[in-house]
Amino acid sequence: MAGKIRVVIAKPGLDGHDRGAKIIARALRDAGMEVIYTGLHQTPQQIVETAIQEDAHAIGVSILSGAHMTLVPKIMELLEAEGAGDVLVVVGGTIPKDDAAALRERGVGAVYTPGQPVAEIVTFLNEKLAHVAS
Amino acid sequence: MAIADRQSSWTPRHRADSDTPANEAEAAWQGALARTPDRDELFTTMSAAEVPRMSTPESAGTDYAADLGYPGQFPFTRGVYPSMYRGKPWTQRQFAGFGTAAETNERFHYLLAHGQHGLSVAFDMPSLMGYDSDDEHALGEVGREGVAVDSVLDMERLFEGVPLDEVSTSMTINGPAPIILAYYAVMAENRGIPLAKLSGTIQTDILKEYIAQKEWLFPPDPSMRLVTDMVEFCTNEMPRWHPISISGYHIREAGSTAAQELAFTLANGFAYVEHAIARGLDVDAFAPRLSFFFNAHIDFFEEIAKLRAARRIWATVMRDKYGAKDPRSLLCRFHCQTAGVSLTWQQPLVNVARTAVEAMAAILGGCQSLHTNSYDEAIALPTEAAVQIALRTQQVIEEETGVTSSIDPLGGSYFVEEMTNRIEADAYDYFRQMDELGGTVEAVKQNFQMREIADASFRWQQEVEAGQRRIVGVNAYQVQDEPEVAILKIDPNLEAEQAARTRQARADRDEAVAQKALADLTEACRGDANLMYPLLDCARATCTEGEIVRAMREVFGSWTETPVF
Repeated sequence: MAGKIRVVIAKPGLDGHDRGAKIIARALRDAGMEVIYTGLHQTPQQIVETAIQEDAHAIGVSILSGAHMTLVPKIMELLEAEGAGDVLVVVGGTIPKDDAAALRERGVGAVYTPGQPVAEIVTFLNEKLAHVAS
Repeated sequence: MAIADRQSSWTPRHRADSDTPANEAEAAWQGALARTPDRDELFTTMSAAEVPRMSTPESAGTDYAADLGYPGQFPFTRGVYPSMYRGKPWTQRQFAGFGTAAETNERFHYLLAHGQHGLSVAFDMPSLMGYDSDDEHALGEVGREGVAVDSVLDMERLFEGVPLDEVSTSMTINGPAPIILAYYAVMAENRGIPLAKLSGTIQTDILKEYIAQKEWLFPPDPSMRLVTDMVEFCTNEMPRWHPISISGYHIREAGSTAAQELAFTLANGFAYVEHAIARGLDVDAFAPRLSFFFNAHIDFFEEIAKLRAARRIWATVMRDKYGAKDPRSLLCRFHCQTAGVSLTWQQPLVNVARTAVEAMAAILGGCQSLHTNSYDEAIALPTEAAVQIALRTQQVIEEETGVTSSIDPLGGSYFVEEMTNRIEADAYDYFRQMDELGGTVEAVKQNFQMREIADASFRWQQEVEAGQRRIVGVNAYQVQDEPEVAILKIDPNLEAEQAARTRQARADRDEAVAQKALADLTEACRGDANLMYPLLDCARATCTEGEIVRAMREVFGSWTETPVF
């Protein structure tokens, strides 16, 4: 169906804390988006491949292991190398403020930390990707 | 011996229904209530369990001798030991481990000097997942949320100067638990300390990995074999060691209800018991060294009820279903940790209050040891100052509040007894559902527990977002400018240094001996001998964790889950 926002929810790295990723996946699906959840332990390469294959408009990266400053820039780099730099990347997890600022600097659309309402993410994606729906 | 008959009925206890008034006074009270209606609130626990408006002797329906009894006596509702905290307070055990083995070793000495009684090791993600620090999968994760242990040499650095025969050590690792236990044992062997003197616990609870934490190395069946190998090995060689800590903590953190935490954890415990019995072990030879690990969450009375019910269910099923005769086999002894998920990133100092309430629930629930979270853990790894406040919180409860002076002080509270009965009945309902699916391991393969948890976790999140659940600082009493919190940063150079040490460890060893140990291990995996012995040989030969896992995967393969959300 045309006009549906497609989002890849990705769990890079080794940590298995997938409660957040699953809640977001379900909430975005309930909000009418098409959600592809990669499952656990994905390499940045695998995540970017999935995003391109699925023609995703956005990637939601969930990391709680502290490896975000290594893994997220790697994902951005690979997206750009594949000519998919326009895919919106958002990050969720235990991300310290300084790191969140650095990630936004690197081109990440938004960084969500524990306790932020899921509704904010839905609103953000709907606004940022309004062109998809129109 | 055949696995105990799965069809045998789980004995449900009574469940009081108090819809009809018990007497005239209650009828009059109910009439008066109609004129003072409840506030418009959810009067359920955070697990969506109904909370009685007010419990009464009738709704509690307690038969003192059968349901409560005395501490240290069946069914142990009031506590596992006769004197509880009057005899000995719980062990204050703070989980620690970050950066290198040497840094963690420093933290150990700091904690021992500050009066902590037991040590606890957190491993980093690559160690938990069976990868060496120089593996490509370890990129960016070495020493991040725990310590990197790649070989017996790292274990030796980790415990340098720690008297192994005097402390009790808890190691939180599951998939690679047999490898890590082999490293610990060989370290003791190198220091001339007999294995029989080692005291501690290793988590090893692989079923809750499939259910919640997702750190497995192999498919469920070979994983269950490895757990059983460890139980058998410890029974014969390390009688003071607890080979499994059956853990509900992660199940709860993954978003389960209290009843799911209780039911899935105890069911996992029963599955390990059945496998060990099937191996030919006498239940009383190993059951006394099974211990548990529960979450202490923020819904105060529900948590206390859960912990009391856990003791009663474990004792009842161990006695009546598995034929345990040694009273120690009936004891559900447990560690508690306050709920990581209850911590908020907003107004983080408020977490000190949350953690204190949760710690109180654990203690009133009769825990044997306790970890209190640091207030900054929703943001990053804890700083030393935050760790100290967390430990001091336990010390305030122990030294100042007086709650340790009377055993099970909430026992006999109509409300606590009614909640205990209710959550117990909910657990038996889950046991029956899993029996119908063919047992716990089968239910895991069918994603049953995962689906139940995902549903509960989503419901909670929706209630929070709808404002039906208020969390201070998150959706109530917010402030605009969040204060900055000092956070612990891990030196990024640490990863390269650790990877170099591991390459050096391989370069320094006798390669022929190492390769032979690995080849022997692979061969042993094809047979059915206890794998702990070839693992000890691998540890002695300085084989690394990643090499050992690869040697076993040749036979066992790996496991990919089908995610449910």
